[in-house]
Amino acid sequence: MESDAKISIAALVRDAAAAALVAGLLAFPLLGFRLVDSARGLTLDTRLLWVVYAAAAVFCGRLLFSLARISLSMRRPAATRPVKIEAPGRTRYLFGVALIAAAIVMPWLPFADRNIIDKATLILIYVMLGWGLNIVVGLAGLLDLGYVAFYAVGAYSYALLSQNFGLSFWLCLPLAGLLAATFGVALGFPVLRLRGDYLAIVTLGFGEIVREVLINWGGVTGGPNGLSGIQRPSFFGLPMVPAATDGGTTFAQFFGLAFSPNQRIVFLYYLILALALATNLFTLRIRRLPIGRAWEALREDEIAARSLGINPTMVKLSAFAIGACFAGFAGSFFATRQGFISPESFTFIESAIILAIVVLGGMGSQIGIVLAAFLLVGLPEWFRELEQFRMLAFGAAMVLIMLWRPQGLLSHRDPTVRLGTPPRAKEAGA
Amino acid sequence: MRLFGRPLNGSVRTFAPGGARVGNFRGRMAYFLQQLINGVTLGATYGLIAIGYTMVYGIVGMINFAHGDIYMIGAFVSLVGFMLMGTMGITWVPLACFLVLIFAMGFTAVYGWTVERVAYRPLRGSQRLAPLISAIGVSIVLQNFVQLAQGARVKPLPPMIRGSFELSSSGNFQVTISYLQIGIILVTVALMAGFTYIIKFTPLGRAQRAAEQDRTMASLLGVDVDRTISATFVIGAALAAVAGLMVTLYYGVIDFYIGFIVGIKAFTAAVLGGIGSLPGAMLGGMLIGLIEAFWSGYFSIEYKDVAAFGILVFVLIFRPTGLLGRPEIEKV
Repeated sequence: MESDAKISIAALVRDAAAAALVAGLLAFPLLGFRLVDSARGLTLDTRLLWVVYAAAAVFCGRLLFSLARISLSMRRPAATRPVKIEAPGRTRYLFGVALIAAAIVMPWLPFADRNIIDKATLILIYVMLGWGLNIVVGLAGLLDLGYVAFYAVGAYSYALLSQNFGLSFWLCLPLAGLLAATFGVALGFPVLRLRGDYLAIVTLGFGEIVREVLINWGGVTGGPNGLSGIQRPSFFGLPMVPAATDGGTTFAQFFGLAFSPNQRIVFLYYLILALALATNLFTLRIRRLPIGRAWEALREDEIAARSLGINPTMVKLSAFAIGACFAGFAGSFFATRQGFISPESFTFIESAIILAIVVLGGMGSQIGIVLAAFLLVGLPEWFRELEQFRMLAFGAAMVLIMLWRPQGLLSHRDPTVRLGTPPRAKEAGA
Repeated sequence: MRLFGRPLNGSVRTFAPGGARVGNFRGRMAYFLQQLINGVTLGATYGLIAIGYTMVYGIVGMINFAHGDIYMIGAFVSLVGFMLMGTMGITWVPLACFLVLIFAMGFTAVYGWTVERVAYRPLRGSQRLAPLISAIGVSIVLQNFVQLAQGARVKPLPPMIRGSFELSSSGNFQVTISYLQIGIILVTVALMAGFTYIIKFTPLGRAQRAAEQDRTMASLLGVDVDRTISATFVIGAALAAVAGLMVTLYYGVIDFYIGFIVGIKAFTAAVLGGIGSLPGAMLGGMLIGLIEAFWSGYFSIEYKDVAAFGILVFVLIFRPTGLLGRPEIEKV
């Protein structure tokens, strides 16, 4: 026993040393030297000590990690590990209801100041985008890497329609969704017969095309400077401003309240909450319709689905268009919330974040998406002080969460309809 | 995109649109020839990066999203290498270039190996999208690591290899091919030849081809699949490093963000050629390079990325598996 432990310690040290060696090699060219462009041209700063620090840090980290893993596995042998039981549907349902209730009362709680509601609104935008993309990726199994393009279409449609034609937010919202869906159909029609990853690259390319058009079509889209002064939303025609410009009543006057800028923040929060919940409700209901079942059937086995008479192109196209439509809604909300949009907001990294939310959430799990959005969007917002290290940590977190839970936070993806033995009986048997 | 919008090298300057209006037939031919030379040079770098994508996709079946950033790392490592050569007093340019080539290939290969070992291998065999998300995470990490370690500002390198051949001249328009362009094309051809040899005739290549056809079967027959995949990542990263070195020399400016758009284009090239096919990757790279050069030369520089993607969509509609790809046979 004693010698056993000794040997394993020696092996651990060797393992950690190897990791440290690799870290040193990685750090040598890029941490050990720094390119400085001064007035005399490019010069090189040498700071080889950093390489030693990096190697030492990796050595200690690796050693501690291995030790922790070993001590954990010794304390709790694999055989007696408690069998994990999936949360049954009822608990999950109650949890969802509780989550919604918490979201509704949140703005009235004492800790909720303007900042927190603002951040919650941002998280809800990503929740809605995640739920929208979930229709495409989670339900229909189509890999879409350019989802942000539809978000951009929605945002620009609202901004342009309201600026050029003076349409109100409530009129533009469905129009923006419709336009985004049209774009989805236009893109989807030629490319949806491609298989998995080909579709991914075409959607990625489409996202870049949309962004490039937004940048270069200066006359309409304002080019890289974007569009500013976008009309803020009104409460069914009652503007949320200190005083109405054209002599009409404002929201505060109508309800006999004192004007406060918080009213708009809270209103925006409830607006996105309602939009997101509508997306959720839509998804939950459509999964039980023939079209939703056809999506899931195609995702699971395309050949079998086709042999049963499902037209894959039309079914995929509908998923693509509906997903795009929700992105359009979210986009026009984004435009009205910010009051300013530019191509900067619609880069590939946004698509990547939304996709990461869906995959980390567990592909098809609606609550998982909320958790993932909170992790990926909420936490980095709270760590703004880290500034430059924030994105580094964000990327690392993405990798680590994936390694920790490859199936997603709440992996739970069984078909909505099941034949034969009921799921409860199967679980009991296992 | 930022990178290619800022040509420093003399021969690249002929990208300027409007040159197409050089009057007579000879002038037009000369202009065409110049775009062809520029396009082939650009295509060579895309092709080298595309090989990394297509090889990984063929064997592991994942989109290695971080590959573009590996190329960016290669560019930075070679720039550091050049500065080190300067410090060590190696001023004979061919020797310096050769040493930097080895330096960059070696260190970038370590990056490729580590990324696979840390972020992809534990996810092998889990759901299809898990490695993709992990790869996007790695890409973000690499970009921000380089930004923190080297600063966000664009790094310029003074042109090291000057001089060019004049192929023909008509009026005020000369067709030139610079020594650097010749070097890029020669190095690419040499690497392609060596690479084809590895794939076709060495045990490693055989193992790679076996793993591509059927990973489980290959491992049953004694192929160490994990090692083969590691080797694939190492080779891909080394080739990307060469591309990074060539771009550093050719354009003379790099920053931490160059990997993204070039990575997307190289992946587009791989898909265009037929993903999984090595000649396809080179062909796709060439095509994307030529499309970009001709589009910028004859139409407008603004929409050149749109042109590349547009042609990709067009090709995929008629050949859904790319130009040289084999159609996948689905077994029930």
